Amino acid sequence: MAILKVTFTKTKRNILAQALWVLNWVSVITGLTLFSLGLFLKVEIQKRQEVMTNEIHMVPNMLIGVGLATCSINFLGGKICYDCMDTTAFLHWKLLMLPYIICTFFFTLYILVGALMCYAMRSDLEESLLLGLWDAMCYYKDTDIPGCCYIKHSIDLLQMQFQCCGNGGFRDWFHIQWVSHCYLDMSISNVVDQLQSNVEGKYLTDAVPFTCCNVHFPRPCIQHQITNSSAHYNYNYHGAELNLNQKGCRQALLQYYTQIMQFVGLIVLIMWLFELSVLTCMHFLQTSIENVLRLGDSESESDGWLLKNSISETVQHNFNIIKNLGKCYQVDDDPNIDVSSTSRQTQEAIKQRHP
Amino acid sequence: MVWAKMKFPFEKRVKLAQGLWLLSWLAIVGGALNFCFGCFLKTEIRRRTEVMDNSNIHIVPNTLIVSGLAAIGINYFAGQICQDALDVGRFPRWKTFLKPYCCCAIIFTSLTLIGVILSFTMRSSLEGSLQVGLRNALRFYKDTDTPGRCFQKQTIDHLQMEFRCCGNNDYRDWFEVQWISNRYLDFSSKEVKDRIKSNVDGRYLLDGVPFSCCNPSSARPCIQYKLTNNSAHYNYEHQTEELNIFVRGCREALLSYYTALMNSIGAGVLLLFLVVLASLRYLQTSMEAVIGQENTEIETEGYLLEKNVSETIVEYLNPVMKLLLLNQVQDGLVKKSVRMSINYRQLPQVKDHFKISSCCVFLICDNEKQTA
Repeated sequence: MAILKVTFTKTKRNILAQALWVLNWVSVITGLTLFSLGLFLKVEIQKRQEVMTNEIHMVPNMLIGVGLATCSINFLGGKICYDCMDTTAFLHWKLLMLPYIICTFFFTLYILVGALMCYAMRSDLEESLLLGLWDAMCYYKDTDIPGCCYIKHSIDLLQMQFQCCGNGGFRDWFHIQWVSHCYLDMSISNVVDQLQSNVEGKYLTDAVPFTCCNVHFPRPCIQHQITNSSAHYNYNYHGAELNLNQKGCRQALLQYYTQIMQFVGLIVLIMWLFELSVLTCMHFLQTSIENVLRLGDSESESDGWLLKNSISETVQHNFNIIKNLGKCYQVDDDPNIDVSSTSRQTQEAIKQRHP
Repeated sequence: MVWAKMKFPFEKRVKLAQGLWLLSWLAIVGGALNFCFGCFLKTEIRRRTEVMDNSNIHIVPNTLIVSGLAAIGINYFAGQICQDALDVGRFPRWKTFLKPYCCCAIIFTSLTLIGVILSFTMRSSLEGSLQVGLRNALRFYKDTDTPGRCFQKQTIDHLQMEFRCCGNNDYRDWFEVQWISNRYLDFSSKEVKDRIKSNVDGRYLLDGVPFSCCNPSSARPCIQYKLTNNSAHYNYEHQTEELNIFVRGCREALLSYYTALMNSIGAGVLLLFLVVLASLRYLQTSMEAVIGQENTEIETEGYLLEKNVSETIVEYLNPVMKLLLLNQVQDGLVKKSVRMSINYRQLPQVKDHFKISSCCVFLICDNEKQTA
């Protein structure tokens, strides 16, 4: 008893083959889109590599791999469908069709895993950003040390572009020495006091770099002595919070990447559903053409189905095949094979000697 | 006597038609690019409309948009004509349409040429507009509580950060403008009072710049106040310090940006249109000789103009002049002056009046007085 049996006339078969040919080419294009999305994500992550501890390259690499594989599989599928319109040409592909469909089925699972990974990337990214941003901020002042000299520039551009300040907020800058010793006047008592006031001898002040300034605030930016309300005229520290960017850069970057990942994940899910439907239709086409070949008349109607027998019977059948895969051919089993009597006698003699 | 004559055997005609068909599609793409570029330039100018004094510069993108759209239409028809050109049966239906079509094509190609020329010549107008616009914008930087000017601060800050520039000519423009609002100045402090008294208009001027002038590529945390005072900062010399703030003025930055945009579309597209036009004219004239002949594969002559250049211009201008009724308006005056000249010969008295003034109006009035 076949599952989802559909009867196909010759014209219906041809139409199905043509439609599948077009759909396969559409899939090739979506595969290319996926490949370019993976590249885009890779470049975006690479651009901010200085503020991440370990780069999350698994997801974009997977997307690139999935995209390329989709292109090649659907290209082959298109070729098969094109040949399906002519029953004689189909004979070339007869043996390959079933393995092709099984492979593509497992491949669609791979696409699904890729889509789910896009959504799961967030927690990895958050941790990576937390540690990466802290390290980058610590190296902010080291513009004269080779290897670290561009970190100041990167963080400044990051804070300006994403309108954020610090790791979790602007107060993070109060715990880090971000002014290099080269620019500190050690003859001033204030400076010496500051340095002596903490254990590690760091120059910590309640000041932030200029890139933390909020462009939309009507007052000229206050970046030094932020917590001291009396240091500036008509200024209350607790009321003038919008003077600086309120968002932390970790949250800003996370939001940005999560948006990209959600968009990409949605596209991959849609692609997965599309691939699955194309695969199902190809299976119908394959079974109907095989039945036509069995009937012998290429103009007649034939049945196409999803599974030949019910699910339990199919599972058992496949299980038996796997079970018998390892066993060598048994002489006693098949009556059609002619076994010569001499070999039979030798076997019986051996059995008698070694009971 | 024809101008720019060329011989066209059958194969050459075929190749001309095919090549022209391809070129016309390329020209459609060029026209579309022209149109898109015009739209892009218009939006870019609109974005910075607050730092420009006048909107004269809008003529450049408008010209590009119109010529781009016209180019798409004209070259689409050129393609259609090419497709029909080699079929002698279908070609005659285009016959009456071709002369006005060629005129239109010439007009719109000259429009593109004008657009290209304008984009080079508008530079000085743009510079003047930016000069005045930026000066005003700097003056209104502090007026974040005045309706209509409250976004100037944001605009200038974004502009300075995006184009990496400071001030109008350079950063010293900020020293001549009060950019800190009076709301944030402590008038009881001696320093503020001194500064306000030190200039005629009572403005608070200081040698400081807004934070958006700061250069992120600097190795040192930004110094934005007391820029000219070397002793105010440790290890600082303002004459040799280049990376601290942006040294380029915003006028120069914007000018070079817009000039680069306007120059980039240029002559390539124009050349394409001219080639299409010339090829189409050759095809039309060579096909006209084939119509009515029994053997369509004969060799024919193609030319650009039937008569030479000056005669063609006169021939085309005459109907245009008639259309504008310029001759008719003169007719009344012409008739009266003709009548007057006949009378002049007959009436010697007119001679004296004629000597007093040579103006036609006087002449006619005197003549009427005489005849009356």
